[in-house]
Amino acid sequence: MLETIWFLLWGVLWAIYFILDGYDLGIGTLLPFLGKSDTDRRIMLNSMGPFWDGNEVWLITAGGVTFAAFPKAYAVMFSGLYTPLMLLLFALIIRGVSLEFRHQVDSPAWRRVWDWGATIGSFLPALLLGVAFANIFMGLPLDEKGVFQGNLLTLLNPYGLAGGVLFVLLFAMHGALWLTIKSEGDLQRRAANLARTLWPVLVVLIGAFVVLTVVYTNLLSNYLTNPLLLVLLVAPVLALLLLRRQIGKEDWWFAWGLSAAMITGLTLFGVVGLYPALLPSSINPDYSITIANAASSTLTLSIMLGVALVFVPIVAAYQFWLYRTFSHKVTEKELGHDGAY
Amino acid sequence: MDVLMLSRLQFAMATMFHFIFVPLTLGLSILVAIMETKYVRTGDETYKRMTKFWGKLFVINFVLGVVTGITLEFQFGTNWSRYSEYVGDIFGSLLAIEATVAFFLESTFLGAWIFGWNVLSPKMHALCIWLVAGASNLSALWIIIANGFMQNPLGYVIRNGRAELADFFAVVGNPFAWQQYVHVLSGAFALAGFFVMGVSSYHLLKKQNVDFFTRSFKLGMVFGLVFSILVAVQGHHHAQEVTKIQPAKLAAMESLWETHEDGAPMYLLVVPDEKNEKNAIELFGIPGGLSFLAHNDFKAPVQGLKDWPAEERPPVMLTFLSFRAMVGLGTLMPLLCIWAFLRRNRLTETPKLLKAMLFAIPVPYLAIEAGWVVAEVGRQPWIVNGLMKTADAVSPIVTSQVAFSLVALTLLYALLGAADIYLLFKFAKKGPAEA
Repeated sequence: MLETIWFLLWGVLWAIYFILDGYDLGIGTLLPFLGKSDTDRRIMLNSMGPFWDGNEVWLITAGGVTFAAFPKAYAVMFSGLYTPLMLLLFALIIRGVSLEFRHQVDSPAWRRVWDWGATIGSFLPALLLGVAFANIFMGLPLDEKGVFQGNLLTLLNPYGLAGGVLFVLLFAMHGALWLTIKSEGDLQRRAANLARTLWPVLVVLIGAFVVLTVVYTNLLSNYLTNPLLLVLLVAPVLALLLLRRQIGKEDWWFAWGLSAAMITGLTLFGVVGLYPALLPSSINPDYSITIANAASSTLTLSIMLGVALVFVPIVAAYQFWLYRTFSHKVTEKELGHDGAY
Repeated sequence: MDVLMLSRLQFAMATMFHFIFVPLTLGLSILVAIMETKYVRTGDETYKRMTKFWGKLFVINFVLGVVTGITLEFQFGTNWSRYSEYVGDIFGSLLAIEATVAFFLESTFLGAWIFGWNVLSPKMHALCIWLVAGASNLSALWIIIANGFMQNPLGYVIRNGRAELADFFAVVGNPFAWQQYVHVLSGAFALAGFFVMGVSSYHLLKKQNVDFFTRSFKLGMVFGLVFSILVAVQGHHHAQEVTKIQPAKLAAMESLWETHEDGAPMYLLVVPDEKNEKNAIELFGIPGGLSFLAHNDFKAPVQGLKDWPAEERPPVMLTFLSFRAMVGLGTLMPLLCIWAFLRRNRLTETPKLLKAMLFAIPVPYLAIEAGWVVAEVGRQPWIVNGLMKTADAVSPIVTSQVAFSLVALTLLYALLGAADIYLLFKFAKKGPAEA
């Protein structure tokens, strides 16, 4: 029971990370496409300025919870996916530093360097997380000792790449919508146009990804046993369809919320499909890393649950306060303030 | 080189680089919080300018500490997966608690503080930096409790082929970890004091913004003086704890080869000869000196390295030299602070002191890095003292993967470190904004 609760919390933590840092990564990726001038780019970076660091901690927590609740899954996942995780790490390091360094020196060359840092440091994590999760959905070549029998190229299969492209575009949409909330005038119009353009692409891509999922993975078996669970897929599909309407109405907060619901739904759809495995083995299902063979002791899981039940609501409360305090649009006047990026 | 050696190098590099930035974060956050509180209480604009000037240096330093911290969490899984699997039940939960109770708080309120100058009320803004300071230091506590488990494992039971949690409060209350925490924190606070004094000295030497930098200097001096004395005094007690819990580490710190049943001497000048299991040079001995330092008793027995088989001893030369460096630099620090204290009201008339303090900025950095080398290298060959060997902890990965990541990470860190230090120099030299 405790293991199952932690499995679901594990999925929820990843979903929260994708919703929150997802728009940061999306905006970073879109920097060269939407940021025509230095002012545009500064507004884009400032739109995530107070938030990105707190958003990134959800990744640290998702990683930490994997370590704490399922140490064996953490060990196998991080050592098996060594090179992609290192690339993810480098990219996140470059992203953080780029955001903080860019505005410190008033020179176009200096800023160009960190603009590229922010873009690559945002695009690459989106891509890698997509590739990694698609491969996990499909199963990793794990032997009986949980040792990964493959390399970076093993992961770059059609389904993995489809997952990568899907994440990049989901986050790009999510970032464009965040920008429509936080900006005004020409930049806002361009972000809105991009969201409109991306929408049919996402419809096709999500449809294709679901079909590929049926072909390449066993995620569906849980849903065939318990058809009620298919609600999880209804939610993101409904959100996706409604999204077009809200974009048309220029109801940006609602649209962003729908995009968040879509990301959450897709993540949970995958995670629930995995259950009870955290990392299925493509060599032999018996070699899979599951909640049964990877979970921590009951004592650790109970203490961690206590900590999570007390502190996660507190974190949610003060992060909500942060978002409310800084919910206003980033204007050119604001760019003159102390501390602005 | 094999996966083990490369992984050890990578861990050492990533951790030592991370710890260039962390101590300043821990100490300077509190100093900036004090400055801002003084501003809110008195309305004195100089304190506001101080908050902004030192706050900017704080933020530039902070970002590298944060991003390099992600590496530390990742690399237990990437490079030390067998370790992670074996002790994750305990060690992993400490890292997860750190993220949940401290790291969120730190990151969220730092964002509010950086962007909140024109949005939040002055009191709320000051509260944000206090929360950042408190959370950073709380974060360090959980990390050191995790490290304390590696130094002195407590509260566990071996079950299901791994170390499982048996007593959470024994793990959290680990006296060795708390000793380490006080040691690391007081070292970090002293470092922040030296940083503030050093940068202030640069401007006082040039006689610019004299009032601003005299106030800053004095604030840094209080921190430097109190905590450099505390770290030395408490360090002595910490070493006595090491004697009890990790006697092989102590023997390596002192390069003591033979066991002395009735009082071990302390030599002021020693050159270890690891190959021949002796010291090439031992000069200026104080009879019973080491026994006294370790046990408060000139006659107490102290174990020598030869009590352990060669494969269970830590690398002697590195541990020994790092310990001597730490103690030497740690002795210099309070002396410099006492000098500064005596001349506190005649700073601009004492250029020698100011020059010394300017060039002393690296001293606490080197002392702290050396201290971590003693703690981590001195624990070898164990990754968890007495429980798991480092060689058994490494991931089943390919050499080329680690070689690639080590080179790439080193290059990346070198570039970002250079950019960060460039920015720190630039803004430290530029001085505060005009009043």
